[in-house]
Amino acid sequence: MGIVSEPKGIADVKPGRLDAATLKSHFADLHPALSRHEARVEADRCYFCFDAPCQKACPTSIDIPLFIREIAADNALGAARTILESNILGGMCARVCPTETLCEEACVREAAEGKPVRIGLLQRHAVDAQMATGKQPFARKLATGKRVAIVGAGPAGLACAHALAVSGHSPVIFERREKPGGLNEYGIAAYKTPEDFAAREVAFVLSIGGIEVRHGVALGRDFSLEDLRARYDAVFLSVGLPGVNKLGLPDEDKLANVVDAVDYIAELRQAKDLTKLAVGRRVVVIGGGMTAVDAAVQSKRLGAEIVTIAYRRGLEDMKASAYERQLAQTNGVTIRAWARPLALEGHGGAVSGVLFERTRMENGALVAVGDAFRIEADVVFTAIGQTGAAAPFSAAAPKLQNGKIVVDAGRRTSLAGVWAGGDCVAGGLDLTVSAVEDGKQAARSIDAALRG
Amino acid sequence: MADLRANFLGIKSPNPFWLASAPPTDRKTNVERAFRAGWGGVVWKTLGEAGPPVVNVSGARYGALHGPDRRLIAFNNIELITDRDLEINLREIKEVKRDWPDRALVASLMVPCEEDAWKKILARVEETECDGVELNFGCPHGMSERGMGSAVGQVPEYIEMVARWCKANTRMPVIVKLTPNITDIRRPARAAKAGGADAVSLINTINSIMGLDLDNMTIAGAIDGKGTHGGMCGPAVKPIALSMVSEIARDPETRGLPISAIGGITTWRDAAEFIALGAGNVQVCTAAMTYGFKIVEEMISGLGNFMDAKGYGSIEDFRARAVPNVTDWQYLNLNYVAKAEIDQDLCIKCGRCHIACEDTSHQAIFASVDGQRKFVVNDDECVGCNLCVLVCPVEKCISLVQRTQGVDPRTGWDYARPAANWTAHPNNPSVVKAAE
Repeated sequence: MGIVSEPKGIADVKPGRLDAATLKSHFADLHPALSRHEARVEADRCYFCFDAPCQKACPTSIDIPLFIREIAADNALGAARTILESNILGGMCARVCPTETLCEEACVREAAEGKPVRIGLLQRHAVDAQMATGKQPFARKLATGKRVAIVGAGPAGLACAHALAVSGHSPVIFERREKPGGLNEYGIAAYKTPEDFAAREVAFVLSIGGIEVRHGVALGRDFSLEDLRARYDAVFLSVGLPGVNKLGLPDEDKLANVVDAVDYIAELRQAKDLTKLAVGRRVVVIGGGMTAVDAAVQSKRLGAEIVTIAYRRGLEDMKASAYERQLAQTNGVTIRAWARPLALEGHGGAVSGVLFERTRMENGALVAVGDAFRIEADVVFTAIGQTGAAAPFSAAAPKLQNGKIVVDAGRRTSLAGVWAGGDCVAGGLDLTVSAVEDGKQAARSIDAALRG
Repeated sequence: MADLRANFLGIKSPNPFWLASAPPTDRKTNVERAFRAGWGGVVWKTLGEAGPPVVNVSGARYGALHGPDRRLIAFNNIELITDRDLEINLREIKEVKRDWPDRALVASLMVPCEEDAWKKILARVEETECDGVELNFGCPHGMSERGMGSAVGQVPEYIEMVARWCKANTRMPVIVKLTPNITDIRRPARAAKAGGADAVSLINTINSIMGLDLDNMTIAGAIDGKGTHGGMCGPAVKPIALSMVSEIARDPETRGLPISAIGGITTWRDAAEFIALGAGNVQVCTAAMTYGFKIVEEMISGLGNFMDAKGYGSIEDFRARAVPNVTDWQYLNLNYVAKAEIDQDLCIKCGRCHIACEDTSHQAIFASVDGQRKFVVNDDECVGCNLCVLVCPVEKCISLVQRTQGVDPRTGWDYARPAANWTAHPNNPSVVKAAE
């Protein structure tokens, strides 16, 4: 359910708070690309560390010192190949990875001077150069005739499909949505991936050839896992997290403009014209992760006047990194920690505010302080996590843990011939980059199994 | 404040910073700008014979080697001597010397290897009342093809001959500018001294090609598709210049011969290093061509502060102080032992010391301790080579520390052994021979 423009009651929700030119600038590239000279100067800052900490911190183990050295030597295409060999979605990861908690946090220059090498921007520089050639740096091996079903065309599915295609197998991706890309296409803040980058990257991945993508077909609705196991040599499940957590408050589903942040971000990403997208004057986002920050910052950039992120624990506990929190704050978003929603208030059928209780930690448990406050809201976004509870399995389901699929190091599920990766598996980081690693590792394991 | 005045061959200047004979000193306009900026002296761009002047190319005459941020590491040129009429240059030299009597003004000269040619030009230069002449035996491109410049500087006999002619035909001090494009710098320096020259200046530029244009398969900055070697200068040549200056300063045959040092001098420290190796003054070109004349302010202030901090009242107080500490390899104390030590508080754990030592030296730095990433020197293998110190990106994180107590686990020898060099070492075949 999206935001209802001009609902009953007093809610101030409408599109077009800002003109088209302002919106365009607000949703332009958050971090503009480095020029060739900037890239070479930045690359020169890399110390080419032995057994580099940045590489160890990368979930896909990209050989970061090597690709940076290649950039420094004016060999951007060599750098791109180094990156893409480990991470075929290196272009998107360069844009959306929380590098401040991964490679750049591990950079020895972070320890030395608090200014890590800007690895993300350098990676983007290299991959952009490769994509500008319109060519794949890889070629397929001889066809094996083996067919692999992949469920979900998100980062894990795409990475798995590409690696399998390179190995000579023939993957078929089943995707329930209209477009491939998963959260890269539907879920990430627009200013992190402007100019239709997600779609361009998918086209780049698929240009390896041999990958079939079928859209509009959903597991559990149009086909079953048993069908796939019967008809394909292997199955890779990368279905993401179809469900979202609920606040568990009365009227959550009845009041207009209490909206799932994931849905709103998807609507924003797919909007042809941002001036037509409704936005509240006063927006409250409940949650503490990247989705909460993305919803809050984008609301502000769409013209919302007062945007508040409310989180039930302390700032340091938020899943959004310090960098993301700072991004929210410099965009004018207020973050209120130690605030747990008690009740949604409505007027004329639409939400009008949220009542919060103050909390604190006591003996390791989150407890109410016994004090409440109210924040007025025209729109309330819920961003308190996604869930795999609705995983669409029938008879033989793989082993689950808290609704997520259990896998081993080779991303094998408990079912023979079935692998899984991405947000739908237990114990992951829920990041694009870790989904790519899952797809890559699963493809290796599937390839080994198929070659017997 | 220390007294920075320099007196080189009786040529006085308010500071030891001169501009070398080169494009910056080609004309009155530039020289006066330099003097206004504070330069102590100039060597005027090389004058040639009367008559039609030389002709320069109308394309790239300079090339460079850059760091990633376009910092100029080295520079080169294919410019010839002055391409302005001799009479104009002489008139301007006379005017500048008249208007700036406290600054040093030396004329650089290059004419064919005939006594008459030198006699003629010397007479004309004397009329300007400038302070001295520098004989350009260094220019390695263009003029050398015509039997001048480094073509003279590479033949000690010619150097001696021309120096003698000049001394016989002028009362002005004569400085011989040497080319580094030779195998042993002591030979041309000795020749200059033998010919009666008052001083040598060095180094001139080094034969060089700065880079290739791989798209066109030409030297970078080609002239109509062709390129030629130029003369290299700038920060990268300083180590070569320091070595050559030290050779002349400590050679028994040329010891005490005044030296005007040239070669990559960019800051006060560069200048101080050359002075410590015996130079009476320094000449600068590339740094000025890169940053403009204002850099001399930093040089004056920096050298003054250094001298104040060390208690040197004048240039002479520290000139040549380092010369006795430059020696031949055979006289180095082979019983001196230093080993690397890593300051763990400063270490940022990049591991460059480890991989450099592991791959290319003595496998003397551990990469982990108890499974933790930590870089520690292994005294059993460390030979104190300094490689780790040099590749470490953190200043003073790794140091070579002399060992004086205990036994070297690498050799089993006591650290505290009396100094002994190769000349007396048992492994030296000539020592064994002498004993037999």
